[in-house]
Amino acid sequence: MPITYTSGEQVEVYRFSLPVTVGVPLLALFLQAFIPRRFPGFAVYLDLPLLVTIFFAMARRNPISGLLTGAVIGLLQDMLGHNPIGIYGIAKTVVGYLASSLGVKLDVENAGARLLLTLGFYLIHSAVYFTVARGMVSLTQNWSWSRGVLAGLANAFLGVILYFFLDKFKQRA
Amino acid sequence: MESILGRYRNLVILVGVLFLQILGLAVQVKRSSDTENTRLIRVWAVDMVTPFERVLIWAQNGTGGLWHNYIYLRGVRAENRQLKDQIEQLRLEQVRLNEDAVQAHRLQALLAFKEQFISKTVAAQVIGSSGTDTSRILYIDKGDKDHLKRDMAVITSDGVVGKVLQVFPSVSQVLLINDQSSGVGTILEKSRLQGFLKGAANGEVALEGVMSDEQVAPGEKALTSGGDQIFPKGLLIGTVTNVATGKDLFLNIAIKPAVNLSKLEEVLVVVERQERQATTEDLGRVRAADILARRLPSVPDKPPVTANSPSPAPAGSVAAPGTASRTDSPVAAPKQVSTNAAGLTKPAKSPSASESVARPQVASGSGQGRQNSTQSATPNAAPPTTAGRPDAVTTSKPASAAPTQPKPRAAQSNPAPAKVAPAVLPAQPDPANAQDSPH
Repeated sequence: MPITYTSGEQVEVYRFSLPVTVGVPLLALFLQAFIPRRFPGFAVYLDLPLLVTIFFAMARRNPISGLLTGAVIGLLQDMLGHNPIGIYGIAKTVVGYLASSLGVKLDVENAGARLLLTLGFYLIHSAVYFTVARGMVSLTQNWSWSRGVLAGLANAFLGVILYFFLDKFKQRA
Repeated sequence: MESILGRYRNLVILVGVLFLQILGLAVQVKRSSDTENTRLIRVWAVDMVTPFERVLIWAQNGTGGLWHNYIYLRGVRAENRQLKDQIEQLRLEQVRLNEDAVQAHRLQALLAFKEQFISKTVAAQVIGSSGTDTSRILYIDKGDKDHLKRDMAVITSDGVVGKVLQVFPSVSQVLLINDQSSGVGTILEKSRLQGFLKGAANGEVALEGVMSDEQVAPGEKALTSGGDQIFPKGLLIGTVTNVATGKDLFLNIAIKPAVNLSKLEEVLVVVERQERQATTEDLGRVRAADILARRLPSVPDKPPVTANSPSPAPAGSVAAPGTASRTDSPVAAPKQVSTNAAGLTKPAKSPSASESVARPQVASGSGQGRQNSTQSATPNAAPPTTAGRPDAVTTSKPASAAPTQPKPRAAQSNPAPAKVAPAVLPAQPDPANAQDSPH
């Protein structure tokens, strides 16, 4: 059995207090909306709500909880923009589901795994967003692998740091 | 069946949640008038986030204000001096522009044009953004309570920013001109070609709708055309940076916005515009006899004799260089300023009669009429000053009508040359003119 695989009994399942469950996603949304006022590139390359979605989904290791977390955060993110509500919702629902499903099967505690997973999830998120925005809403979207990988790496590195701090809020279920 | 649902419970819920969201998206996309029914949940989301942004902005401004206004004042004195110089330059520029404005106003009146004015603006502070690059909007701290409404133009002193997209009780959403769903009626300043400005997915701005057989040069300014009924005509949008042949026989014209859209802090929302018929009431009536008189030679006016002044200062000597630049009354009526400016920028060479009629307002300054008379009497005099009007000498409008004219009525109703001339003359003292002035 590969060393990174763990059985369902071996994995740790975590839960979070209500203030953290509500406050951290809201803080991420707030920062995502506020920081670009000073640093315009922030919104282009970084997606804090996505990182929070991935973190909560992987820590809880419950697909339903993960997809619902992703859906709520994504919908809130949609509401702050002017495009139809649901594009980010769908993308983050998929990511939340996949992250929590993988969290059950993989060791997602070490930094290397987190880095690669976050990079992968960012690309999946971008692909789903691109598909929905272009296919359903007819938004003009340009896909760029270089930009996607670059932004994915930026998110992955930020995610590793962010997860380290968010780990402090974990409580054993 | 139950066992299948139980086995694939997670997947079923995932599909259910996705289906609901797709359904919601389809409903929104189908709806023609955007966002009216989704407004409530947007209000909730905005209400959740914007109070924190307001507090943070308030704290940031407070701290920054304390530091910059009371502590960190290094270089302020030099900057102050520089700004004063700049004000002087701008005053001169204003004189020149006022003259053009008066002429344009008169022509508009003749053609029965309707004029648009920005009569009221509300200053607002940018407190946040959407946080994504696919939705280029800003949040400002003014809303319904401040009488903001949808589709109001948002500008800065540099140019156009966007329009109000949604109005909430105390905040509003502003759609930037570089968003892909925005569109601004645009006209190019020199070529007068019209098109519409569109944002692209990558945040760049392009002018569309200009045929590829037209000539557009990089560097040309793009202004609002007023055709969209949102932005008043003539506001600066940006500058053409690149022109390339695009698809469907249209040019791809890249525009660099005049405003740095990614670093906005304060904006102005145009909440009220006025439209009125252009009139010549405030410009003074011009009789046919006055126009005719400009074509005919006449005796120069005598300098005015006032009872209070021991030695009546002639118009030319009023505007003594040096003293003029230090005047504390820069708020002379634009009308007066412009007419005097026109008089001072006249070349003294033989003008044609048609030119003089084309610029009837040039003779409306009481002081200038006398000075010009002197100039015409000395045809070899030194070229007149071009203060604030660097292009006056080479222009096709030599503004030469005045030399032998009587004072028009507008000038007679404003016999205050001493207040006006100082704003005109300071930059380039012209001894020749001073000497030529009647004493």
